[in-house]
This record gives sequence, C-alpha cells and structure tokens, in this order.
Amino acid sequence: MRLRRTKLYLPGNNPNMLLRGHLFGPDGVILDLEDAVAMSEKDAARILVRDVLKRGDFGDCEVTVRINGMDTEYWKTDIETVVPCGIDGIRIPKVEDPKDIALMDEALSQIESKARIPVGRTLIFCLLETALGVWRAFDIARASKRVAAICPGGEDLRADLKTTRSENSEELIGPRRMIALAAHAAGVDALDTVYADITDDAGLRRETEWVKQLGFQGKSVIHPNQIPVVHDVFTPTAKEIEQAKKIVEAAAEAAARGLGAVQVDGRMVDKPVVKRAEYTLQRAGLKAGGEKA
Amino acid sequence: MTINAAGRNIPDTIPGYGEVRHFKGHDRRPPEGCRFGKRNRAAFNTRRDKTLPDLKAAISASGLKSGMTVSFHHHLRDGDYVVNAVIDACAEMGIRDLVIFPTALFKVHKHLTKHIQNGVIRQIMGSVNGPIGQLASEGGFSVPVVLRSHGGRPRAVTSGDVVIDVAFIAAPTADNYGNLTGAVGRSACGSLGYAHSDAHYAQCVVAVTDNLVNYPAPCIQIPQFFVDFVVPVDKIGDPAGIVSGTTRVTRDPMRLLIARNAAKLIEATPYFKDGISFQTGAGGISLAVAAYVREAMRERGIKGSFGLGGITEFFVDMMKEGLFERLLDVQSFDLAAVKSIAENPNHVEISADWYANPWNAGCAVNMLDTVVLGATEVDRDFNVNVNTEADGAMLHGIGGHQDTAAGAQLTIITTPLLRGRIPCAVDSVYTVSTPGEVVDAVVTEFGVAVNPRRQDLIDAAREAGDVPLVTMDELVEKAQELTGPMTPVETEDRIIGVVEYRDGTVIDVVKQLKKK
Repeated sequence: MRLRRTKLYLPGNNPNMLLRGHLFGPDGVILDLEDAVAMSEKDAARILVRDVLKRGDFGDCEVTVRINGMDTEYWKTDIETVVPCGIDGIRIPKVEDPKDIALMDEALSQIESKARIPVGRTLIFCLLETALGVWRAFDIARASKRVAAICPGGEDLRADLKTTRSENSEELIGPRRMIALAAHAAGVDALDTVYADITDDAGLRRETEWVKQLGFQGKSVIHPNQIPVVHDVFTPTAKEIEQAKKIVEAAAEAAARGLGAVQVDGRMVDKPVVKRAEYTLQRAGLKAGGEKA
Repeated sequence: MTINAAGRNIPDTIPGYGEVRHFKGHDRRPPEGCRFGKRNRAAFNTRRDKTLPDLKAAISASGLKSGMTVSFHHHLRDGDYVVNAVIDACAEMGIRDLVIFPTALFKVHKHLTKHIQNGVIRQIMGSVNGPIGQLASEGGFSVPVVLRSHGGRPRAVTSGDVVIDVAFIAAPTADNYGNLTGAVGRSACGSLGYAHSDAHYAQCVVAVTDNLVNYPAPCIQIPQFFVDFVVPVDKIGDPAGIVSGTTRVTRDPMRLLIARNAAKLIEATPYFKDGISFQTGAGGISLAVAAYVREAMRERGIKGSFGLGGITEFFVDMMKEGLFERLLDVQSFDLAAVKSIAENPNHVEISADWYANPWNAGCAVNMLDTVVLGATEVDRDFNVNVNTEADGAMLHGIGGHQDTAAGAQLTIITTPLLRGRIPCAVDSVYTVSTPGEVVDAVVTEFGVAVNPRRQDLIDAAREAGDVPLVTMDELVEKAQELTGPMTPVETEDRIIGVVEYRDGTVIDVVKQLKKK
C-alpha cells in the first residue's frame, strides 16, 4: 500500500520549492502547473517543471504534476512534456465527466508507449471541484484503472455550491462524505483538499482528524509546516500498532490451528477487527507480521 | 609568503599590520609573556567626583591625541549613540589619525564614513559591516582592518598586542565615582561583558552615561577603581535599537528543516544528557535549534547545566523552567535577558576574557558541550567563512565563532545549501574565519555532513537512525549541480583585511575588490 498521508503542492514557477519540497518529508509532491502559475507564465513553468523532473531527485516521494484542466488549451502540452519524465501520476483539476478520464487514459498510453515507459504506469488523481464532479465521483473513479484517488475541491466547490466558507467547513460535509463513499466503493483512495490557513495548526489538526474519521487516507498540504501535523493524525500511535500486531498475530495463529474465532486480551476478535488491524499496520509502514514493508 | 595550516598563502609582513605570525593549527601557538598592565594612578580623597561636563572635556582630560587608539563596546548594538558622538567630538577638536578598536560596529555607525574619508579615523580594528565594510573592501582605508574574535580581542588587549589609550564605555547607569552597570537605566543593555578588558587595561577609562545615580550605583559590573572620568549625556542610545522586544521562533520551513536536522544530530550524540551546556545565536536557525532541543530535553527529562554567550528570552525561559541551572551572559539580546540579569543571581555576567580568551587559565567556551553557529560559506575541509560574502566584500565580524568552535565538544554549523543562487558549500571558502579542524558537523536542508575526524559522531548518528547523513563532498557537488560554476571574485593585490585567529596568528587575509 502506498502511503498518501500528505501531498505537498509546489508552485511550478518556484525553483526554490521545486528543488527542496521533498526534503520536508511529505509522502508525495504535486508540482503545480495550474492555479499557482499565472497565464503568462504557463510555458516557462512547464519547462522548469520538466527540467526539475528530469533531475529525478525527489527521495521516496510519489511525484505527481497538477496539469491544467481538460477544458483549457494547455493540458495536452502539459502531459506531453511531463509524462515522458517518468512521473508517478497526474492530477487533473475540475473533473466532471468519466469520458474525460477515458480520453486521458488513452492519451497517456500513447505518450507512454512513445516514451518507452510501461503503459499504465502514470496514475490519475481526480480533483472533483464541482457539484457535478462530486455527483459522478464513483463513475469517475471507475473510468480508468489508472485512477488512484479522488479528491474534493475547496474554494471552487464552494463557489459551485453557491455558498461560502464557514468556520468548520460545514458546506463541504456532504461532498466529503460522498467522495469517501465513492472512493471506497471504487477501490481508490480518498484524499482531502488543503487547509488554507497555514498558521493555524490547531484548525488543521481538527479538520484532519475529522476527514480521517470520514475515511480519507490523506490530505494535500500547501505549506511544509503542515506536514508533521497531518502525519501525526494519519500515523497510528505506538499503542495502536502494538494492539494491531497482537490481533494480526492471534488471527494468524488461529487460522493455522484451523480455528475461526480468536480471543485477544479476553475479547473476541472477528474478521472486520482483524482487517482493521492489518490496515493499521499498513499505515504504519509495516506488513501484517509487523516487519518493515 | 608562507602557506599556513589553513592552506592560505599569506605574506610574512603586511603593510599597516606588520609582521605576521602564521596560523599553525588551532592549539599550536603557546602563550607568551605576561599580562600587560595599565599605568598606575592614584585618586586621593580630595577628588570625590569624577564627572566632567561633556565629551570634549573628557577627551581633553584623557590626554587623547592624534594617532592614538580608542575603544568602544557594542552592547548598545544598533541603538548606540556613543561611538559617533565621541568621534564627532574628536573631529571638532582637530584630533586625527585615530585607530578605533570597537568590539563590533553596527549599521548606525555608517556615520563614521565621513571621518574615515577625511582622516579622523585611520584604522578600524574590529568587525566592520554594511557601508563601512563595503568601503573597506573597496580600499577606503590606508591600512587594513584587523578582525579578531570575541576571545581574540581580549587576548590582544591582555597580552599588550593592542594598547588602548582611551576606552569610552557607554554605561546605562553610573555613579559620579565611576561604578558602572548595564543592568538598569533607561538604556539598559544587561551584561557589559565586552567592556571589561577595556576597563581593566586601557590607559584611561571614560564612562559615558545617561543615568547618573547617587553613589554607589546598584548592580555594579565595572567598579570605580577602573574608571577615570564620568560624562553624563542626554542619551547614550535608542532603546529600540539596543534590545529587541521579543524573540520568536521562525516559521520559515527551510530554516525549521535545517534546525530539525541539527537537533536530531545533537540528540544522537553522547553530549545530550543531564548537565549538557549549550550555546546558540539569536538568529532564525539557531533559535529554532534551541526550540527543538528544549522539546527533546522536556521529553527525555534532561536538565542542562548552563547556557552561554549572547542570552535571549528563550534561554531565560529555559532557566526558569529548570532546563538550565545557570546562564553565563556576555551579551544580553533582549529585554527579558536584561531584566533577568538584574534580578536573578543564577544569571551571571561574564567578561569576554572569561568567555573566550584562549590565553588565560581557562575560559567558559572550554566547558561548552554544544554550540550551533552560522556561516556564509563552508568548504570540503569544513573551513568556515563568516567574514566575506560571495562577492568578496568583508561585511561581517567573527564574533565568538572561532572561540566557541574551538572550545565546544560538538560544533555544529547550520547553513542553507544555497542562498538564492549562491552556493554555501564550496570547494574552498573565500576567507577562512574558523578552521575546519575545530568544526564537527555542517547541517543543511540537504543533509548533515559530519567531519570525518569525528568517527564517533558518525557512528552515533548512524545508530540513532534519523540523522540524514551525507558527506561534505556530496553537499558541495549538490550545490555545484544546482547553481553551476561561479565567476571568481576579482581582486587587487592589496590586503584590506587581516583575519586573526583567536591566538593572534593570521589565519587569512582579505584583498581589495577590483573596481567594476
């Protein structure tokens, strides 16, 4: 399982951040060609991002590029430029139609074969930033095997919902629940949008705890200082890991002895509990047995 | 010419400086001679008031003449009025050709430029920065600037290498018989640590105060028997420039990342245990390192022994919390430190001699476990440059860099790998301020390079598992890869700056910049 607790946005026109973003230890980086870059700088940013990608120096990070929307003139040049560099995935903004994902899948396959990259390697992360996009979340997530995650929008989605930001983002409760549901139904990750106030660590923690509870696997971040907070929420505690190990070991032992039910610390443990324990170990970067994955 | 132990090719004599003692290694120069003394004097009970009406009266009474050496301390930092006022008065009195010997100069002393250009000041022995540094770098002085560390300066004074004719000591509080303190007064600056050697050794000592109190003054730091005259003035400085209001830990992610890496290294070493002593600067990265170390001390229940050097509110709070037993304060950076030194007996004022002079029976830096320092450049041999910028201009003093690096068990240099497009890890530094032999680790955002002569630290860091170890060569190559080749600095042959090591040998020289 690929950990996607944090994805750090790096403005595509800022060499300082593009070269250093991975050093802050996010699980992934998003080199941004879309909102961070002014219209007049699209070409320059694309070239800069390509050159940084060619260096390939991102540590263990999952490297994705947020391309310009499929309703703009830039998206084809964007993918033709960045996909041959061997990135892990692209992030498509404002996805509304499963057909667009199928179209993108085809375009990516062509570029991959031409660049002699294994076809299917480039994953797709869908940003659902309109009511229609969120409504079609499941179909979008199933539109290509490349889709790795679906993510709700923030401000764009609020605008499309004809509402504004409230203190606890109540206006996004519904969309977030829908996306979590659709993602798990389709077998992809649900990754949350950014928390905009970069100085409010307490607010970030609250929101992250809440989306984790809804079933999200991670959250995009716009500032390196947000990474430790989000990781802290999404990383199981030592106590949780210990408990999960016990449960998984007991289940394995029971299975070996042909027993169905297991007892851990005097309590009966059934299948969903074992499944959750396995997931806890995966999130901690450990295999079922507790050794490093 | 001689190639010294830092690999620098240095002339055997330098015009305006004299004969050079070459740097042979950080502990290779044995001390010589005896402590130099000032002339004896007597003040009988017929003269029970040392005050004089103004600076000019004090200058006359001190016997100051053209060509002499005058000294100042920098405890009033960028709020200081005294240096400019004294030199203005000298100029008006027709005194010329002065050697000024400050513990440091600040931006506010840009005012001196005109006195340098018209010959009132012939030489500066002390740190130069900003416009005066630029002027020196472009050849604005007839003789070279001499840079000494905070320990090297009292060594030069106590050994008689530099004879101070008149020391002008800005005193936030004084009584009329010359007892001085920085702990109280409207221009309070806390410690007067850098002024002590000047008070003890100058041929004549003039205190300048804006808070004349009844005899005897409170919290006496420099006692009456060193002070010849007291001049009350309207203001010795601007409190806003003397102390900063608050000390806040940076939120700049890159600085925090570098600080985190440094803290991980500290926590990995055997020095991180009960009794640890610690010094950092007040700058962004240094303070953030202190913040991480404080967290780790709390988590692991570690109690330190002392915090040293320039003291900030952060260290004061750590002492209040019980994370340090005492503070040894040569310079108080902010209001909280000023207040603490006046009130808390565990917050001890120390002189620069006590702090860092290599030629005494043992200075405070020798008892230091860990120091975190900055750099403008570091090189493959771990040499550190703090004096010159990438364009070759001499814009910074040495401070306590050489001293704490030589004294501490663990010397950590923190620096970004690049500043803008300028590499900070290079093949060979432009100026050697502190030799690599006393530097243990260089910490950047791209990783931590431990000096190969400290295999024990490398092993400890490996064992800890979370220190991102790299080699110095890797850092240099990474920087080169990111910036491309740099155009070398173009200079004339003339030497405009002499960098002394703390033992009085010459470790490097700075040459005049070629006109563009």
